[in-house]
Amino acid sequence: MGTLPSSSFSTDPFDQAASTMAKHIPAAESDYSESRNLRTLIQSILSRWTLRRARERLIEFTMFLAAMSSIAVTLGIVGVLVFESLQFFAHVSIIEFLTDTQWTVLFVNPRYGIMPLVTGTLVTSGVALLVALPLGTVIAIYLSEYANHRLREMIKPSLELLSAVPTVVFGYFALLFVTPLLQKLLPDLPGFNMLSAGIVIGIMIIPYVSSLSEDAMKAVPVHIREGSYAMGATRLQTALRVIVPSAFSGIASAYVLGFSRAVGETMIVAVAAGTQPNLTLNPTEGAATITAFIVQVSLGDLPHGSIAYQSIFAAGLTLMLMTLAFNIAGYLLRKHYREIY
Amino acid sequence: MKTAEKSIARRKSLDALFAIIGLLAMLVGLVTLLALLMDLALDGAGRLSWQFFTSYPSRFASQAGILSAWVGTTLVMLVTALTAVPLGVAAGVYLEEYAPKNWLTALIEINIANLAGVPSIVYGLMALGLFVYQFRLGQSILTAGLTLALLILPIVIVATRESIRAVPGSIREAAYALGATKWQTVKDHVLPYSTGGILTGVIIALSRAIGETAPLITIGALTFIAFLPNPPITSAFPFLSFEWLISPFTVMPIQMFNWVSRPQREFHLNAAAAGLVLMAMTLAMNGLAIYIRYRFRKRIKW
Repeated sequence: MGTLPSSSFSTDPFDQAASTMAKHIPAAESDYSESRNLRTLIQSILSRWTLRRARERLIEFTMFLAAMSSIAVTLGIVGVLVFESLQFFAHVSIIEFLTDTQWTVLFVNPRYGIMPLVTGTLVTSGVALLVALPLGTVIAIYLSEYANHRLREMIKPSLELLSAVPTVVFGYFALLFVTPLLQKLLPDLPGFNMLSAGIVIGIMIIPYVSSLSEDAMKAVPVHIREGSYAMGATRLQTALRVIVPSAFSGIASAYVLGFSRAVGETMIVAVAAGTQPNLTLNPTEGAATITAFIVQVSLGDLPHGSIAYQSIFAAGLTLMLMTLAFNIAGYLLRKHYREIY
Repeated sequence: MKTAEKSIARRKSLDALFAIIGLLAMLVGLVTLLALLMDLALDGAGRLSWQFFTSYPSRFASQAGILSAWVGTTLVMLVTALTAVPLGVAAGVYLEEYAPKNWLTALIEINIANLAGVPSIVYGLMALGLFVYQFRLGQSILTAGLTLALLILPIVIVATRESIRAVPGSIREAAYALGATKWQTVKDHVLPYSTGGILTGVIIALSRAIGETAPLITIGALTFIAFLPNPPITSAFPFLSFEWLISPFTVMPIQMFNWVSRPQREFHLNAAAAGLVLMAMTLAMNGLAIYIRYRFRKRIKW
């Protein structure tokens, strides 16, 4: 395996010296007691070394186990999701799951079509990305190419506070502040709608998008920037035509992270977008997302092992697969556009 | 010549325009944050009183309080910190100081990066299937604390690694030269120098855990708790009790969610007040983290 890096017993210089010394002490010396004293001394030193090494190894192994715990978590997540989903799909055909247009797990005549939940998730995430990507990118360009050091040191931590706000507080804000505000513009807007939830998610993920994009733009070598200035380009031209294309792979990973956050966001949609599965692409309607459905089911007292109980794991697996698909797409995009200096 | 001048003038004005757009974009974020705080304060400040902190939830909004919620949050955070800190710091030290360069280390590193991107509700599903039903820990404070600990583990590991990496190699070499073993070097030199960074990361991670709602709802936390868990210190021998670990619980964000999802306006005011307390906790932790980072950065000069 070669997983434990500590030097093996024989190659250790202390060991070699000790064993050489031990060999060269003759058992029957003229001065018997002196030799015996020396032997016990060496033996005690040897045993101390062995003890020391054993302790070092034990500590290292414990730490190795701690590092392996992250692998165990992943295995736990995948294992639980797949195991419970398999039980779910033993009752519900995968074709029904993918093609039915109704998701009514808790009804008397349940129907198991994941589509309404997926569209709900995609619409709220879509609105969120429409808010976060332009704002986040503009902020990143501004912080990286325009702002001076002092302004950047002030703005960055305050923007990052946005992602520190508990999401249930954002949910409150979406339901009781943003929705009434939007209703003044769109009088027909229902109290639960995906628009306000999406906008608030978008604002929440601005820091993720802007700070990763800014890091990528900052990493573009200065000489490339200066070359552009030397040609007479303005800061904006340099940013849009030189910096952004050069930093594209980093910006793309910022976008993918933003999408993952938006898709997995739970409390904002559970509070503000409603819990009614609704197959629609219209953001001004209310609809449940995958995450909101899981919350709704968990709030009730579901018997362990029932189909409704298993359905939240199938929904969770769908969520994981959606995130995974976007991460792979982002990875391929990055590989395609990676610039090496 | 004229057209060139015109084109330059246009580009310069576009450049200036973008500077304004950039400032506006940042204002959107900051104004939202301010509006959020103002909204919470205007709605909730009136409900903040001694009674609010010392009462159980109730059917009557004006008598309801957050006693069981803040006690629950404190106990869950205790379990989370006691699990995530040793595990995360040990894993970070291993990866930075001990791990050989091989496929297993690479796998662990990729895995940690991916775990940081897993939606929090998925951790809740894992805990529901594994901790609640497989290990039979129940819908308890222990389950909740462990779930949140696993959720913040990647943050603690990454923070530990970053601050250990900042310790110069000469410190380690000096310790080895005096005959210290690897563990002695780590324990007596590397870790003390990186305490500031690790502490900052741990506090940021805990401030994220304190606001997490979704995974705890998923494992089946109750929303209406009108009693406290058994106290950890008892009057009779052996004076310590761990019964609180398996007690049902509620936490601040769940209490707030419960109130915000009721239709009555009075409960919304309670939700705002709970939100204010929650925001105060998160902001205080973030402020503490910034202060610690500043203090340690000032104290250590290589």
